[in-house]
Amino acid sequence: MALKTIVEAIRDGLAEEMRRDWRVILLGEDIGVHGGVFRATDGLYAEFGPERVLDTPLAELGIVGTAIGAALNGLRPVAEIQFADYIYPAMDQIINEAAKIRYRTNGGFGCPIVIRAPYGPGVHGALYHSQSVEAFFCHVPGLKVVTPATPYDAKGLLKAAVRDDDPVLYLEHKRIYRRVRGEVPDTDYVVPIGVAEVRRAGQHVSVITYGAMVHQALEAAEQLATEGISVEVVDLRSLLPWDQETVAASVTKTNKVVICHEDNKTGGIGAEIAAFIAEELFEDLDGPIVRVAALDTPVPFSPALEEAVIPSTRHIVDAVHRLAAY
Amino acid sequence: MAQEHPIGITVAAESLPRHGLTAPQLVELYYKMALSRAIDERLWVLNRQGKIPFIVTGEGHEAAQVGSAYALRPGEDWVLPYYRDLGVVLTLGMTPREVLLDAFARAEGPSSGGRQMPAHYSCPRLNIASVSSPVATQLPHAVGVALAAKYKGERTVAVCYFGDGATSKGDFHEALNFASIHKLPVIFFCENNGWAISVPLSKQMPVAHVADRAAAYNLPGVLVDGTDVLAVYAATREAVDRARAGAGPTLIEARVYRLGPHTSDDDDRRYRSEAERAEARQHDPLPRYERTLRAWGLLNDELVAEIRARVAREVADAEAFAAASPPPRPEEATLHVYASVPASWRLRRRLEEE
Repeated sequence: MALKTIVEAIRDGLAEEMRRDWRVILLGEDIGVHGGVFRATDGLYAEFGPERVLDTPLAELGIVGTAIGAALNGLRPVAEIQFADYIYPAMDQIINEAAKIRYRTNGGFGCPIVIRAPYGPGVHGALYHSQSVEAFFCHVPGLKVVTPATPYDAKGLLKAAVRDDDPVLYLEHKRIYRRVRGEVPDTDYVVPIGVAEVRRAGQHVSVITYGAMVHQALEAAEQLATEGISVEVVDLRSLLPWDQETVAASVTKTNKVVICHEDNKTGGIGAEIAAFIAEELFEDLDGPIVRVAALDTPVPFSPALEEAVIPSTRHIVDAVHRLAAY
Repeated sequence: MAQEHPIGITVAAESLPRHGLTAPQLVELYYKMALSRAIDERLWVLNRQGKIPFIVTGEGHEAAQVGSAYALRPGEDWVLPYYRDLGVVLTLGMTPREVLLDAFARAEGPSSGGRQMPAHYSCPRLNIASVSSPVATQLPHAVGVALAAKYKGERTVAVCYFGDGATSKGDFHEALNFASIHKLPVIFFCENNGWAISVPLSKQMPVAHVADRAAAYNLPGVLVDGTDVLAVYAATREAVDRARAGAGPTLIEARVYRLGPHTSDDDDRRYRSEAERAEARQHDPLPRYERTLRAWGLLNDELVAEIRARVAREVADAEAFAAASPPPRPEEATLHVYASVPASWRLRRRLEEE
């Protein structure tokens, strides 16, 4: 097994699916000769040619709308939105079309597309190269939303997304594209959509998170272990549908829960998970549900400003300390 | 010599073929237009009787719809209509019963099983995609369908239909741009009736014709009289032949007249003068085509009466059939959100509890 970065795992996943299934084509800006601004499609144009790796005009709704039509006519398109911050022109196509085609045709047509979009802060990307867009889409029945935190999951979730019969928004956290390395099998495997992973087992407090923050949660757990606080880290991996059973099992074990994300606090994924726990598991709680999230501002450019807005390992440690006192 | 008409009506066949169409085909066009009109008229009655809460109809558009759809291969070519396209789907092969099942929101309705408003057509067996209410979203879909057809080496054509209002949306421009860059087998068919609900063409666009837009994307823009069914057929046929030959997309603008309000929830007297509405009725495509066929000796009083009686029977049968058909069961409301979800997901769990 080779050590790979997340972006390498994504590229491998795309190449393997394209070799396996002639119906898989790629559409996006700069994904062809250039290989993508993050190199996620590097080498694919050379291997599969311009018919399967399409450099599109700079027009996001057209990219997604064209992918939807190609899916109706039997293909398995993977569309790339260059930055998640630029996905909004395509929201009508994603929410009103892709996500609703199966339902509104009573199962007559499906829409098996994947939309890949790099997201998240921490790369000096400022307001328009840093956004966490997941909450907008997790409110949409008919859509699936996933975000891998490891190279293994990056390839396995991508394969699952390509093979899924429904539209999948595949969110790639830019900050961990190359910072995280991990073992990725060369063999064919999928990571099922809708199944969370316990990254570190613990007894005292559950930290529920996803994406790049998984690694900060693990860092926090390591620090807290030296103080004798045992933290369980749950990586959701899929945000819609999300794994209520794994979350419930962790909460009933530790009875204390911190939910972390880099998206704004108001209306974020954490609010939904907190509401679920409060509704279903109230009797199991020994303390308040704590959310660690970004402040309700856009993401600013200056490192001094960005660090003031985005939560870090220190914030997770503080939250666990507060909760451990109960 | 008489020829047997596909719908069982016998017509004289002395006249020359027009645009390659035989005498029975020329009469079939009239029958499809009359059927579309009769269903629309019945839908208005059912709406006013309170039996169908919302309708959107296509009176005045029949020549454009029937003439264009007649140039396609049903079930082979792909069609992405909009909500006014009753004449399109009837011409492709959806039946009056199917249309009325949808209008009554019945479980067996082919478009959505009662999930969508009436006129939001879909029919997988005929490659009729799926109409949604947002305007112009189907244009990029047609481009994608055509892209897939070209990629697979199929000689199919994708045709999308839309109104004049849709040409203001980004979807329109992004679709034409992409389609022309890749020379895709797609036809953009605009039914320009001059009104986007209440907004007239002069406030919709600063150019004289929708077809003028084609120049910006280096594709042919064709302006056709949308009240002349044979002119529409000929224009569409030419665009289809171009597309099949690999010569790329065409934008067709069919100029039509909307004879009524936008929908059953609209009152066009608020923004159209009586003179303007009377003028529109002067451009009704049905009497126009009837006069043509009579002049050619393909229709007479007897044949017109026969066709009208047949249409009336079909509409009555469709209504009775649909009215007696059951509505969807409440438990079907949660089906087909996804093809599959994990067992732990709440949607399924809630279903199991109930």
